[in-house]
Amino acid sequence: MSPDLLGPLAALLPAVESDESERTAADRTSNGAKTGANAGADTDSPPDATADPLVDVRDVTVSYGENAVLNDVSLSVAPGEFVGLVGRNGAGKTTLLKAINGVSTPDSGTVRIDGAAVGDLSARETSRRVATVPQDTTLAFEFTVADAVEMGRTPYHGRLSTDPDATAAVERALARTDTARFADRTVGSLSGGERQRVVLARALAQETPALVLDEPTASLDVNHQVRTLALVRDLVESEGTAALAAIHDLDLAARFCDRIAVLADGDCLAVGPPDEVLTRDRLRTAFDADAAVLSNPVTRAPTVTPFPSTVALDCAVHVAGSGPAAAGTLATLSAAGATVTAGVLPAGDVAAAVAADLGVETVTAPPFALIDAEAEAATSGVDAAAFDRFVDGVSVERTEGARPSDDDEGVDLDELFG
Amino acid sequence: MGTATSTDGDRSGGSADAESVAGAAGESTAGSPLAGRRPWVRAAVWSAALAVVLVVTALASATVGPVSLDLPTVAKAAVNAVGVPTSVGVSVGGLSAFGLTIPVPNVRAEYTYLFDLPVDRTGEVIVRRIRLPRIALAAVVGFALAAAGTVMQGFFRNPMADPSIIGVSSGAAVGAVATMALSITGPFGLQLSAFCGAVLTAFAVYLIATEGGRTPVATLLLAGVAVQTFLGAVTSYLLLHAGQDLERAIYWLMGNLDNAAWDEVAVTAPVAVGGFIVLLAYARDLNVLLLGEEEAHTLGIEVERTKRILLAVSSVVTAAAVAVAGVIGFVGLVVPHMLRLVVGPDHRVLLPASAIGGAAFLVATDTVARVGAFAGGPLPVGIVTAALGAPFFLYLLRTREVHSL
Repeated sequence: MSPDLLGPLAALLPAVESDESERTAADRTSNGAKTGANAGADTDSPPDATADPLVDVRDVTVSYGENAVLNDVSLSVAPGEFVGLVGRNGAGKTTLLKAINGVSTPDSGTVRIDGAAVGDLSARETSRRVATVPQDTTLAFEFTVADAVEMGRTPYHGRLSTDPDATAAVERALARTDTARFADRTVGSLSGGERQRVVLARALAQETPALVLDEPTASLDVNHQVRTLALVRDLVESEGTAALAAIHDLDLAARFCDRIAVLADGDCLAVGPPDEVLTRDRLRTAFDADAAVLSNPVTRAPTVTPFPSTVALDCAVHVAGSGPAAAGTLATLSAAGATVTAGVLPAGDVAAAVAADLGVETVTAPPFALIDAEAEAATSGVDAAAFDRFVDGVSVERTEGARPSDDDEGVDLDELFG
Repeated sequence: MGTATSTDGDRSGGSADAESVAGAAGESTAGSPLAGRRPWVRAAVWSAALAVVLVVTALASATVGPVSLDLPTVAKAAVNAVGVPTSVGVSVGGLSAFGLTIPVPNVRAEYTYLFDLPVDRTGEVIVRRIRLPRIALAAVVGFALAAAGTVMQGFFRNPMADPSIIGVSSGAAVGAVATMALSITGPFGLQLSAFCGAVLTAFAVYLIATEGGRTPVATLLLAGVAVQTFLGAVTSYLLLHAGQDLERAIYWLMGNLDNAAWDEVAVTAPVAVGGFIVLLAYARDLNVLLLGEEEAHTLGIEVERTKRILLAVSSVVTAAAVAVAGVIGFVGLVVPHMLRLVVGPDHRVLLPASAIGGAAFLVATDTVARVGAFAGGPLPVGIVTAALGAPFFLYLLRTREVHSL
């Protein structure tokens, strides 16, 4: 947006920004999801600067045949930190997790867990350091839940002796995942969500300092998605576990993770706090999707609403109107790449909040009040000639007096709101 | 998206956490949910119960034959036959082939017999010299085949797996038939050449399926099928040229215990029991391997090494059984399934139960074979195991729900 256009709007912008940063700060304490001492601690430090990472992935390259699935990826997870791994299918998330838990051996680079290189460790030693919740498990259906969870103690059993702590550890894991009441039922008799908790309980029974999870919520209903991640969050905070999870749902990742790493085509595009990492441009690169990144009013975490990237707008649009309709219009236009401005909006209106999240320049007026002189001056200062479209927030029509753009672009808006 | 829903959302999010915490607190005070679930105890109970079944079957079997004996006579004779080895000499001879040494245990033992109950002499001779060796060998062979079958089914995560899946029986068949058809006489007899054929075949299949230190189970399975087919052709060709030995060769291929003697029991039993003990030590690993190899690795199993050990030991155990009894099908396939339906999938319980159950099963079926109840004359036991085992298995399939391994 050109500076001269800001003109009278400029006076209002600082107020909007400070409101935004206040809200971000409030996230950390009021969210409920992230209350750990570590949450947000790394806000400004790059991952490699983390003091004493428990999981330290350095320059890892993994190829299947001639295709490099991971390209010099570096990532670290500190104790008491929950890092989310996002990226589209085939971005290398599972491959990275398998390099960490020792299932695959990287072509180059090292993975260290608690100081020891995974490549030098036996399966037994590795499994005492990192537990895995796999993407899909063939969890032997005929076994009882207690037996299935007890398999998590495998690295502690001797060939001819039994791990003396097994029973206690299994009981703790069952209690923690709220699966104790299924202990004697067979795994096959449980629902998908309950089964996932059993797999999680098995990983907990391993009592490892690190935990990797591959799509732990992929096949779960919303209740179990949140419960599963809340459980991991709780483990990270109370036990100081270093957790790394591949998560498809960006909203859930943003809500529960301290940091998010974005993988695309085997490269790690960005690592950092969710609100810094989940930006429209980065989502476009990583997922090839246009998305509106807003702030979830409930969780205060970034929430990502993707749109199929069919329409690319290279134009300026001013949205007049308020309420959900205007909010939706703002998000859609913004995601499609248009330069959007809005106003006059009642302060606190959902459209004003969305506009703030999107970084849309907005003119606001106090709710239930007449548009004051300042606001009126702000909008009247908007040079209609600079705009391609005016949008009233409900239907998209070319407004009288708006400067028509190239005619072949004229269909885009209709397509967008089809 | 309104502000009104935000408090509701927070509350429901919070209550999920509170619920799991409450659940945790409740469970920890409610007493151990795991109390009384010790797999080794269950294993011991099942083993003891099945051992009783085995002894009863064996005694009952010993009463049956051309000369009918009553149970007390048989029991006394059997008790008199219980000996304690007072001096055991084990010498390990070796057969070298292709740079590979196959240990051949030679057990020479002197026994002291603990009991001398008064019993009818003729009856005692029949029981001790004729019936008991055969019953004991049937028990050992059934024990070995069922144990190896259980391991192979778990190992391959495939309900159709049996002890011969990587070609052990076909290898033994080639060894045995070649010895008979080509009238090979040498330092080793029929049993040893069958044993060597079996072990060599298993080793060859393993080598074929291994690449870069990894042996994918699917490759192993298919390599086993291919090698079995090939060796089947070799056996058929040898049979064509077997001439007057044809009948004997075919009889061997059907599996029988006709020439059972205490010597064979003395050689086979240590291999079967020794191998079984090794396999039992890996029972927990077998459970974890059921989850898949990658998952087993993340739970601390050295997958490739464990697979090598399981394959090698179960192949040797199978080879020992097949060498003395010929190709007895179905025991290693069906008995593990039967016992899995009864005792569950935990190999710590299943493996011993299956082994002892297999022993009882083969003693029972061999009794039928010996008496030839249905055919008016003795039958190869392999025919009986299949003829009785298949319908019984189908009955179990229809009455019990079978999901998977």
